[in-house]
Amino acid sequence: MDYPAFKQFDYSQSIAFARGLVDDLNFSYVSRWKKANPSARVIGFLPIYIPREIIHAAGMLPVGLFGAGDRIPVVRGDAFFQSYICHLPRTVVELLLNGNLDEFDGFIFPSICDVIRNMSGIFMLQSKNRYIRYLDFPQNFDEQIGGVFYRSELERLMEDLQKLNNSGIDTQRLNISIDLYNKNRKLLKHLQDFRAAHPHKMSAVDYYLIRRAGNIMSVEDFNDLLESLLESVKNVEADEEDKIRVVVTGSFCEQPPLGLIKTIENAGCYIVDDDFQLGLGWMKKDTPSDTSDPVNALVQAYLQDSIRSSAVYDSENEKGDQLAEKVKHLNADGVIFCAPSFCDPALLDRPHLERAMDRHHIRHFSFQYHENLGQFHVIKEQAGTFADMIKLWE
Amino acid sequence: MDVQKENSMVKQKQMLAEHFMELSQVRETGKKVAYTFVPGNLTELIYAFDMLPVYPEINSLQSGMRQKSRDYIREAEEAGYSEDVCSYVKCDIGMMLQGNIGPTGQQLPPPDILLLSYTGCFVFMKWFENLKQFYPDAEIAMLHIPYQESGKIEAGAIEYVKQQLRNEVIPKFEKVSGKKFDADKLAEKMDLSASAEDLLVEVFDSARHKPSPIDAYFGGVYYIGPIFTAFRGSESCVEYYRELLNEVNYRVEKKLGPITPDGILENERFRLVVEGPPNWTHFRNFWQIFYEMGAVFVGSTYTRVGGIYDEGFRHSSQDPLRSMAEYCMGCYTNRNLPQRIDLLETFITRYHADGFLVNSIKSCNSFSAGQLVMMRELEERLEIPVGFIETDLVDPRYYSYSNIKNRLDSFFQMLDQRRPVKSAG
Repeated sequence: MDYPAFKQFDYSQSIAFARGLVDDLNFSYVSRWKKANPSARVIGFLPIYIPREIIHAAGMLPVGLFGAGDRIPVVRGDAFFQSYICHLPRTVVELLLNGNLDEFDGFIFPSICDVIRNMSGIFMLQSKNRYIRYLDFPQNFDEQIGGVFYRSELERLMEDLQKLNNSGIDTQRLNISIDLYNKNRKLLKHLQDFRAAHPHKMSAVDYYLIRRAGNIMSVEDFNDLLESLLESVKNVEADEEDKIRVVVTGSFCEQPPLGLIKTIENAGCYIVDDDFQLGLGWMKKDTPSDTSDPVNALVQAYLQDSIRSSAVYDSENEKGDQLAEKVKHLNADGVIFCAPSFCDPALLDRPHLERAMDRHHIRHFSFQYHENLGQFHVIKEQAGTFADMIKLWE
Repeated sequence: MDVQKENSMVKQKQMLAEHFMELSQVRETGKKVAYTFVPGNLTELIYAFDMLPVYPEINSLQSGMRQKSRDYIREAEEAGYSEDVCSYVKCDIGMMLQGNIGPTGQQLPPPDILLLSYTGCFVFMKWFENLKQFYPDAEIAMLHIPYQESGKIEAGAIEYVKQQLRNEVIPKFEKVSGKKFDADKLAEKMDLSASAEDLLVEVFDSARHKPSPIDAYFGGVYYIGPIFTAFRGSESCVEYYRELLNEVNYRVEKKLGPITPDGILENERFRLVVEGPPNWTHFRNFWQIFYEMGAVFVGSTYTRVGGIYDEGFRHSSQDPLRSMAEYCMGCYTNRNLPQRIDLLETFITRYHADGFLVNSIKSCNSFSAGQLVMMRELEERLEIPVGFIETDLVDPRYYSYSNIKNRLDSFFQMLDQRRPVKSAG
């Protein structure tokens, strides 16, 4: 890309660049990428996770579509969804109908809930000349059962993409892509660790913007940006404030408005971990990038190394204990359950996660939001009271 | 013939009463209990292991009809379940928290196994994850049914479901029931299912007659569908549908309309196809709005969530696991939106519908997300009047009689206005 060298960015420039990308509903980064790669395709994907390595190996740009928040008036999108359906699909459809997604050649809808699933059908009907794919992930984690199925799904996806891009995905290319995404997760982990240790040096909003931008950029550009940021953030001078440390969970699909994230921090809570851009860290470990069967490596990574989210079958409800473990590991004071309205996966997980927090004697409180929420007063009061309660009485 | 009509209804009542009686006696009989869902249900397999099925959705809708759901939902919301989520789930959890008293007033036994047939509805997965918390001793078997995203059943998906049945579901059934899998017994039940399916299709297809002898929505869920889900694979199920078909054929011969709570519908004015589940808390009141206007449903999609047989699929004893896989993947909400639209188009044209109605359910994203697009697509394709109302499954807070009545009055007016234009053309 012909963007300025990310490696020369200072902290403010990195954040400003990320903000520019996130705010840009015309996806001009995508347009520029296409100009630089005229024969290549762009694939939009809905939350949470898709194996971006495959898209990348096909010479394509995977771009996360996480709605448009409060930055777009929903005029036509509301005619597609009833009032009791979450907000993200409205702004995504609005973007589609307004032409903001014209540069996109296809869309992938991962299997996370009924709304995203049915949205694949809406796109089939509204966008008939483009590639539309609902990607089913196995809920059976046996290598010989779910693994075989997932491989067949990935192979079908690869066939489709190769046809679309008129180029092959070979072992070498896929291994290179796996390696790049391994590096990306490593850099993100470094940033996450740094921020958990020094939350005062990088605000939750800045941290969010960087990751959200990472779902728009090519992995190569994102890696460069992260490398420079990891250097520049060390030089940020800021005093640590008397705030509690919280983990925020439940917002893995529809994104909270920036004002909400800011409100939580301003109310006295450092967000030391969140699941806003959960897909970026879906794999807990590196995926082997030197095998003769990289598809199998991706399959095994999904079966063995992926995290448990609300969209993944978890009969033993390990998520509660995992969340408690995370809270302890990060030395957090509590958990904020922050889920979008009408989000079945998050809201149906919440009661047993709350019970798990009670079992582990971890403080928590919860609220719901939608992506274009404009009033944060109540949440500020709740978060402030939560912070005061912990600071004063614990 | 009134007596004959009552025969199937009496038989249905008896069958259900016996089923719940059996459930209430499992401590004495030692029979094992499988909780499972209507879409993608493996009734034949459950009965092949001599276990008894319990359908939490059906318990919830029964609670809705018996005006119990409000309390149950409140109980679940107090336990932390959001107002925003599926009211079937909350009603079921609330009922369990209040002692698990079933529709007949008898206590339902806890599950020995939770058969999570994750078919066409993501919430099913969350529902049983939650139930597993409340029943930690119950075994749980997950059967993940891939969605028909490409508009057809992929070969890899069939193999995936078969492998899950063979390696996950059947071994757990063996463990819970203490019985070895008997392929011959299952095959026998599959053949009985196929016989019942032939009869069921004939019953539904009778709606092509004018007047329609059945109401394929209210009647569909009231006396056509329930027996099919709970008793498929049994002789008594075949007998029931044979009886029902005789009654329907009699009504066809005599040009009688369907039976409503206020008697036979005598003046069929509007023939409708409907998308979406009904409201259960005000079931009779809701139905009454239609039959008082002379509106009859000649096709409905909710009656296909438990399986679609209209296109020729039958359970088969030839390769039972493959057959079960195809059955599960073919259920209505497991089909993509273009497929759903095509099916609705078939219903509308085959059954000569005058209008298409969406009853959009607040609780059910599996049905509701995309309905507005489906409605517009059908309106464009068929130039048919479309109507749209909103209710909920079992949360009475979302049933507003005046709103529904106003919208339906406008819809019926539109249908009336279309009629002369059509005949003039």
